[in-house]
Amino acid sequence: MKVKVLGLTAVVLFATAIFPGFASAQGQDAEKEIEKYREMINDPMANPGYLNVDRGEVLWKTARGAKNVSLETCDLGEGPGNLEGVYVKLPRYFKDADKVMDLEQRLLWCMDKIQGLDTKDVITRRFGGPGRISDMEDLVAFIANKSNGMKIGVALEHAKEKEMYAVGEAMFHRRSSIMDFSCATCHALDGARIRLQGLPNLEKPGKQAQDTMGSWPTYRVSQSQTRTMQHRLWDCYRQMRSPAPEYASDGVTALTLFLQKQAEGATLNVPSIKR
Amino acid sequence: MKITMLPLAALAVASGLALAASPVAAEPSKVSAEVLDQYIKGTWKKLPEGWTFEQRVGQDETQRICSETRNNPPKDDAAKIVAREAATIVYPADGNVMGDWKNGEKIAQNGRGGQFSDEPGTVSGGNCYACHQMAPKELSYGTLGPSLLNYGKLREFKPAEAKAAYAKVFNAQAVSACSMMPRFGVHKVLTEQQMKDVVAYLFDPESPVNK
Repeated sequence: MKVKVLGLTAVVLFATAIFPGFASAQGQDAEKEIEKYREMINDPMANPGYLNVDRGEVLWKTARGAKNVSLETCDLGEGPGNLEGVYVKLPRYFKDADKVMDLEQRLLWCMDKIQGLDTKDVITRRFGGPGRISDMEDLVAFIANKSNGMKIGVALEHAKEKEMYAVGEAMFHRRSSIMDFSCATCHALDGARIRLQGLPNLEKPGKQAQDTMGSWPTYRVSQSQTRTMQHRLWDCYRQMRSPAPEYASDGVTALTLFLQKQAEGATLNVPSIKR
Repeated sequence: MKITMLPLAALAVASGLALAASPVAAEPSKVSAEVLDQYIKGTWKKLPEGWTFEQRVGQDETQRICSETRNNPPKDDAAKIVAREAATIVYPADGNVMGDWKNGEKIAQNGRGGQFSDEPGTVSGGNCYACHQMAPKELSYGTLGPSLLNYGKLREFKPAEAKAAYAKVFNAQAVSACSMMPRFGVHKVLTEQQMKDVVAYLFDPESPVNK
């Protein structure tokens, strides 16, 4: 029953996105279905992303590593163990590491420093797949979900935050590889689409950036996995014919910081559901 | 005067402009090339077998200038880019730029090749439909580039126009500096035969594009 609702609503949603005329032609019916979709993403019993949230909560509280402690004293920017509103303020500068970190970098840091965990296995399983659970995707889903209803706002106060923002902006416009693509190639126009997939304009601050960054992490139906922005950028670079960016690298964090700044003021609602 | 009867799409194509609004020229980055370089090198450390940093991560001069000027280069830089890129074009030895439109259609539809997820040796498509409308009956088209509907027909199937189209597929920046379109010939994404097949898809009177 759950699956049927998901399928029907997803079909209507895709149809509405693909054929703008569909919405007006079906009128009230399409609106009702979209409203059902909105309820579904917020329903922990219908949104598959909440399975990740639940697993993430368990991981957060599980003692692991050489020191056999949980992550519950990890400082994600608002004090040790505080999860309320941390996600919408990331990436940010951390004094103990003397660097700007996004959530994934920070979690790896805490796993290493607090738990004494060898993160090799966690990194091997960084992206979930058939028969493979990703601790990182679960933890990000759990922690991001704790910021639901809050507004995205990165500080850009520390010199390193400012440098990283400038790097992210430069990377957004950086053309390279065999297709001469940059992020801007696809994401600097209003109302453009690739095939039938609408493309948000992320080159300017505003609603499109807000809608984008306010909906990651997301359960991607086409992959049957919950994905984070880290994965989305990896997937973009794959399609740009670049090599895979290093997981939890500073380049990915720089881009994420730039995008979060573009999305300032977005109200977070995650995990969402996407194609 | 025929020009008044040409659809807007054809006009836009003829003038080399994208239908969609150009991105607003943003301010150049406040980060030095050296610092940016460090981040880039740190982010792309492991390359698949056979890939080079130079080809897949580094930048040639044109990519660098287009990046720094946000694809809005000053006039002299634009002229230099067009001159440099025009010099790269290699036409077929016998001068014939028309191949098989049926193959051209497959190339236009195919978005695989060149990705680290593709098997080595995967033949690349041109993925034209990602960005362009082409045949009237194909509804699944992108709008990043101008519509190419009835492309050959609108140009009266003139051989000179077909040759110009070949040049554009080979190196779009030989026509328009900092064009968003990939330089398929320069980067060897498409072979000579594939590019001829794409031109045929555009210019063969029998091609669905011209129906």
